[in-house]
Amino acid sequence: MSEANKHGPLPFAITLDVGSSLANKTGSWRTERPEYVDRLPPCNNACPAGENIQQWLKHTEEADYEAAWRQIMADNPFPAVMGRICYRPCETACNRATLDEAVGINSVERFLGDEAIKQGWTVPVDASPTGKHVLVVGAGPSGLSAAYQLARLGHQVTVRDSCSEAGGMMRYGIPAYRLPRDVVDAEIQRIVDLGVNLELDAPVTDLELALRCFDAVFLAVGAHVGRRADIPAGASARILDAVSVLAGLEDGDQPLLGRRVAVYGGGNTAMDVARTARRLGATDAVVVYRRTRDRMPAHDIEVKEALEEGVRMRWLSTIAYADAGRITIEKMRLDDTGFPQPTGEFEELAADSVVLALGQLSDLELVKDLPGVTITDNVVEVGPDLMTGHPGVFAGGDMVPSERTATVAIGHGKKAAHSIDAWLRGTTYERPDRHELATYDRLNTWYYADAPATVRPRLEPARRISTFDEITSGLDASTALFEARRCLSCGNCLECDNCFGVCPDNAVIKLGNGKYEIDLDFCKGCGLCAAECPSGAITMFPERI
Amino acid sequence: MGQQRIRFYQTGSFAVGNRLLDPDQRSVQSDTRRTNSLNSGHRACQGCGEALGARYVLDAVMRATGNQMVAVNATGCLEVFSTPYPESSWQMPWLHSLFGNAPAVATGVAAALKAKGRTDVRVVGQGGDGGTVDIGLACLSGMFERNDDVLYICYDNGGYMNTGVQRSGATPHGAATTTTPAVGPAPGNDFGKGKNLPLIAMAHRIPYVATATVADLRDLEYKAKRAMEFRGARYLHVLVPCPLGWRTASNETIRVARLATETGIFPVFEAEDGDVVDVTKIRKRRPVADYLETQGRYAHLFGDHPREDVIARIQAEADRNVRVFGLVDSAVSDGRG
Repeated sequence: MSEANKHGPLPFAITLDVGSSLANKTGSWRTERPEYVDRLPPCNNACPAGENIQQWLKHTEEADYEAAWRQIMADNPFPAVMGRICYRPCETACNRATLDEAVGINSVERFLGDEAIKQGWTVPVDASPTGKHVLVVGAGPSGLSAAYQLARLGHQVTVRDSCSEAGGMMRYGIPAYRLPRDVVDAEIQRIVDLGVNLELDAPVTDLELALRCFDAVFLAVGAHVGRRADIPAGASARILDAVSVLAGLEDGDQPLLGRRVAVYGGGNTAMDVARTARRLGATDAVVVYRRTRDRMPAHDIEVKEALEEGVRMRWLSTIAYADAGRITIEKMRLDDTGFPQPTGEFEELAADSVVLALGQLSDLELVKDLPGVTITDNVVEVGPDLMTGHPGVFAGGDMVPSERTATVAIGHGKKAAHSIDAWLRGTTYERPDRHELATYDRLNTWYYADAPATVRPRLEPARRISTFDEITSGLDASTALFEARRCLSCGNCLECDNCFGVCPDNAVIKLGNGKYEIDLDFCKGCGLCAAECPSGAITMFPERI
Repeated sequence: MGQQRIRFYQTGSFAVGNRLLDPDQRSVQSDTRRTNSLNSGHRACQGCGEALGARYVLDAVMRATGNQMVAVNATGCLEVFSTPYPESSWQMPWLHSLFGNAPAVATGVAAALKAKGRTDVRVVGQGGDGGTVDIGLACLSGMFERNDDVLYICYDNGGYMNTGVQRSGATPHGAATTTTPAVGPAPGNDFGKGKNLPLIAMAHRIPYVATATVADLRDLEYKAKRAMEFRGARYLHVLVPCPLGWRTASNETIRVARLATETGIFPVFEAEDGDVVDVTKIRKRRPVADYLETQGRYAHLFGDHPREDVIARIQAEADRNVRVFGLVDSAVSDGRG
């Protein structure tokens, strides 16, 4: 305010004091308004266990490994196990794969899991006891995941398993060179330490009786019965099934496979058993599979590692006859529909034993007479909340219709725990709404520096086949940090300040702690903030005019 | 390499800020205490590259000088949209005289400060490409020749945009303006005309000359800071896309500046005492058509009757830049496939 103003009207042609342009509210020009959005990262979307991967990578980027681990533990009590054996749908979905290579999410998860075991981190039970008691049948990944979540929700949990050690297929199905047993033990112990009552060598035979003692039951008996095939065989042919071979090994029974082993089947179990045979001294391990490699259900990495270890593959082949020391193979061809058809051409192959790896079945004896329960094709039908037709009896893992992996099983355990918790409280579990997917085209990738993925060191094939030592080593802190920082933070703000910087009108307010706000008094709606957001976390919406 | 190289941090060193960086490694623009030399409420168009570039540069100079800075402005968009009497968006001492005399006025301010013994206060002159390469060139050349202690910044948007998009000496070849319309056998601005002011400045052998764009803030801030480490005449040429004159969407300002560098159309380099000392390499080289087709001022080169011949001439100019300035690392494939 000038002196002149205070003393009455301004004289003609006097110089005015400088005014600020802040008086000019340019926000009135706007026809579109930027808004910060949260989109669903493709990794989170793909994770069968429902992990918030992007969030735990963010903690890892800041070297806050404990917070990162706790974020994983919210959804999955087995980071060290899954960091080794998960088939990584997250990495398949990762947007960075389009830019250079997918982020090594799995390797970071393993680092965090191992770090937690090393540091002895534990999780608390914050909920007050509910007084409800839940029975979990089966101490595999699904059952233990459910037990863990239920215990953290304040319920009393008893897990019963017919085996003498807990872990299910994590122990009895996956060979030690992929998953060392001390890792399984450590992560299971952490669940037991929450107060979960684990009863081993304790098969459940009467569910009706159990239901009188418990408020709810979660069934997770898995699929431990090897599928048999009728192969014409001589009296002295040695035919085993893969599940028994792998489980027997865990119980200390060295299976007598001989020097030449034929494995029948093309799944992951076939690879596991062929590679195990090599380690047990087989000079020749042959996988016989009726279709071609690209149609094999086994994951590519397993096939690759098996080949590295000298496992041979016979594609387009079926076993027509087995006898002592040799088998007869019939060659197949794929018809127009991709189905294998016999050709009538036969060939002999030396084999001391045949191991059948043709898939697994569930032993559903326990539920087959339970009222309301429907069994179709050897799996138990469940609703979206994983409850069977019998009220209070839930089921998950390999015994319900789904993809049979440990990660899916862990996801089932969590989901069942939420459903059981809601059911015990007389409500239903409302799954939070899913955000829109953060697709690659929304990213502005110029801002991300080029950074190839970190490779985990692996044992040389020659050394692998002589031991059951773990093949793949972990990352150390610096490489895990680098790998985590390769995350593009798709669809969610990563606090890069680009919006704050690129606004020509200073209309983005930086509030700190990763929060920004648009100053609508001055935002002209040019859209630069949205266009230059690396992670696609800003969207322009039309103004209502 | 003069520029500070930052270790790999998620988005590398290219984003404005980064929560994982030490505060002293972050850009001036990521700091909430930045000057905001050009305040909100200015009347520049939506997505104005010049408004953005001016704030980027001046905030960096304010930081480098400890806020001891005076700016002298030529006539042009920057003056008109920032200072309609009696309002002003400038948050530092700022002076406007005429279209053509900003370098001379800046010289005068520097001389006055020197006479008062205030050598701690630094002077910048600034203007658009019209005021710099055409109307103010004589005053600027004199300032360079006398090696007056002024940093002169040209915000180059390739034309007289404020008065309605007329051609300037910095308008690129083939671009349509209201005075070089897209008609006839040789549509748009004539080839073989125009001035390259960074090279003219280098020919004066002044201590420091640099080019930059609004697409690479870290590089731009480095150059503004580096310029203030010298005494004498310095020249900074900043490419600032103009949504109005280039006929681009308002949200494409930074993208199109990035394309100008990634195609080799606009070489980014710095020179000391007349010699190039550093060049910003192209990360992923693109054909010039990628740059041209996003802009309405080149629309006549595409569409139903594309002018491949004209595009080829512009590509040849970009190729020459790549060759002369060494814009592509020989180890990196040029990706034009």
